Amino acid sequence: MAIMLNRHHKILVQGMTGNQGQFHTRQMRAYGANVVGGISPGKGGSEVEGVPVFNAVRDAVRETGADASIVFVPAPYAKDAAFEALENGIRLLVMIPEHVPVQDSIAIVTRAEDLEATVIGPNTFGIISPGEGTKMGIMPNHIYQPGPVGVVARSGTLSYEIAFALTNAGLGQSTVLGMGGDPVVGQTFISVLHHFKRDPDTRAVVMVGEIGGRAEEEASLYLKELGKPVVAYLAGRASPPGKRMGHAGAIIERGVGTLESKEKALTAAGARVVTMPWQVADAVREVLG
Amino acid sequence: MKLYEYLAKEVLGKAGVPIPPGRLVDTPDDAREAVAAIGPAALKAQVLVGGRGKAGGIKFAATPEEAPAVAAQILGMDLKGYTVERLYAEGKLDIERELYVSVTTDRGAKKPLVMASSEGGVEIEDVDDAAIVRRHVDPRVGVMPYFGKEMAYDLGLDGSLAREFGALVEKLYGVYQQYDAELVEINPLAVAGGHLVAADARLNIDDSALYRHQELPRVDEGTPIELKVRDLGLAFVELDGDIAIMANGAGMAMATLDAVQHFGGRPKNFLDAGGGASVEPTAEALGVLVSMNPRVIFVNIFGGITRCDDVAKAILQVRESRGIPVPLVVRLVGTNEQAGVALLAQAGISAYSEMAQAAQEAVRLAEEGR
Repeated sequence: MAIMLNRHHKILVQGMTGNQGQFHTRQMRAYGANVVGGISPGKGGSEVEGVPVFNAVRDAVRETGADASIVFVPAPYAKDAAFEALENGIRLLVMIPEHVPVQDSIAIVTRAEDLEATVIGPNTFGIISPGEGTKMGIMPNHIYQPGPVGVVARSGTLSYEIAFALTNAGLGQSTVLGMGGDPVVGQTFISVLHHFKRDPDTRAVVMVGEIGGRAEEEASLYLKELGKPVVAYLAGRASPPGKRMGHAGAIIERGVGTLESKEKALTAAGARVVTMPWQVADAVREVLG
Repeated sequence: MKLYEYLAKEVLGKAGVPIPPGRLVDTPDDAREAVAAIGPAALKAQVLVGGRGKAGGIKFAATPEEAPAVAAQILGMDLKGYTVERLYAEGKLDIERELYVSVTTDRGAKKPLVMASSEGGVEIEDVDDAAIVRRHVDPRVGVMPYFGKEMAYDLGLDGSLAREFGALVEKLYGVYQQYDAELVEINPLAVAGGHLVAADARLNIDDSALYRHQELPRVDEGTPIELKVRDLGLAFVELDGDIAIMANGAGMAMATLDAVQHFGGRPKNFLDAGGGASVEPTAEALGVLVSMNPRVIFVNIFGGITRCDDVAKAILQVRESRGIPVPLVVRLVGTNEQAGVALLAQAGISAYSEMAQAAQEAVRLAEEGR
């Protein structure tokens, strides 16, 4: 079992003929993902990695019955691509691009909410469900293995570090999901934890957070209802206030977004908070008992 | 991107927000002319920090004669680390009351948020929560005059002030949308002569949306080296320690800083070389670190999309082309790890596989060099 993404999803790749689109189409298929089509205006009728390319999402959905899509187009075109997918019936949408204007993201998540569609990102590494043998994202394939630990993260490489440490410790993952590094993204910690709550095969959850915003504080209010042990690791202890630390969303502004506030809230809510990434695997083993 | 007050006022004025008459002042002589034209004025330092008044960055000039001397006191002064290069002369207001209003993005709610308070003139985070009225905007609906008028009633305003407030919020939301703002803030929003007027204003633009705002001038903020590295397209923040750090991915870079600090070291910078960087950008980033004259350079890579052999090649390229005159600690794991480690080993550089050990070694070497 897994959350949000399973082996039955029929996946489109928007922007498939670009460098990133081609590379990750290959990687996703190598992992087992059911990629049924790609979108590249003007290149309909061609193929990438043996997968048919369509001019428009509408055509691809009609021909393949696709229900999920991953977007690789440049940020200025991301809003158009997202709406094209949503309006044509796509209900699981992964937005890879970084630097999507915040107001475009607001428009996308608002429309998705009305359509009851799931948006992951923008500025995310995506989602991978190792036990289902499928992924929609840009994460390296070899660092995951199936298992009982759900991981939800705000950052890509840091989640790779932690997932790989879990794998090396014999602790596999049910689903690993990247919320995205932007201020406004489709998923909150709470929305993802809610999915993990209902997944019987997820026995513990790792939250990988960072400075900026109040997502971790808000999530702490849900931990009791989650009813599963949580290990939290947050980055940014050494980051000064007022500076954007790589991610558009990783900034302490006007006293909001500090690590202290987040760790305090999560600790008070019963999460096991560790201070360094290499402490996560041991803590997970302990909470699993 | 933060805009200077005078630029924020220009944008707001164009949108129909009431602003006092004002002029840009570059020299003491300009100040004389400005005050002659607009009457008694506040001379305000144009720097990108709050609390200018308390820091001595805002002074009044009652007559054209005294304006040059007042201007000379502020021009060139150091205000919280910024040198004052320009002033904005603005007609003095007879302020009866100070209010607060802003439009920003509520990250958690994923919606625009309008905030207002009857206690203006202080930073909003210092205002008691009970004195703040908050209202989310449904982006499908937007803001019409009733929206702000209702907020005004909640603040205890009535009559013409409530009507003006309703019109004002509609205009501020228009600016928020039209200019892709992160923050549109009027603080204080003055009541002067029985009308609302924007006494001070902040306008911050979403960096990701700047490409569609060619109409706005570019305001660079940061140290010279920060500006240089950002020109390369890399996320970089200068810090005051002695261990230069490069990692791939924002989260990893933050975690690397944390690890160095955890073992008692002091990071000299934050540098995200990108989640999938190839040889050239990685070499450029490393070159920047060398130019900063740190005690130690610490490279922490978890190869996902980034390939470890590419990182190793970048390190060797920098060492051959310009030399790396300080101790280098490399932690390299992930995609093509063996090839990368072998390349470094041939050049006499040993790589760590554990982040903790590598961070500890970087800190030890920095202490040795002190």
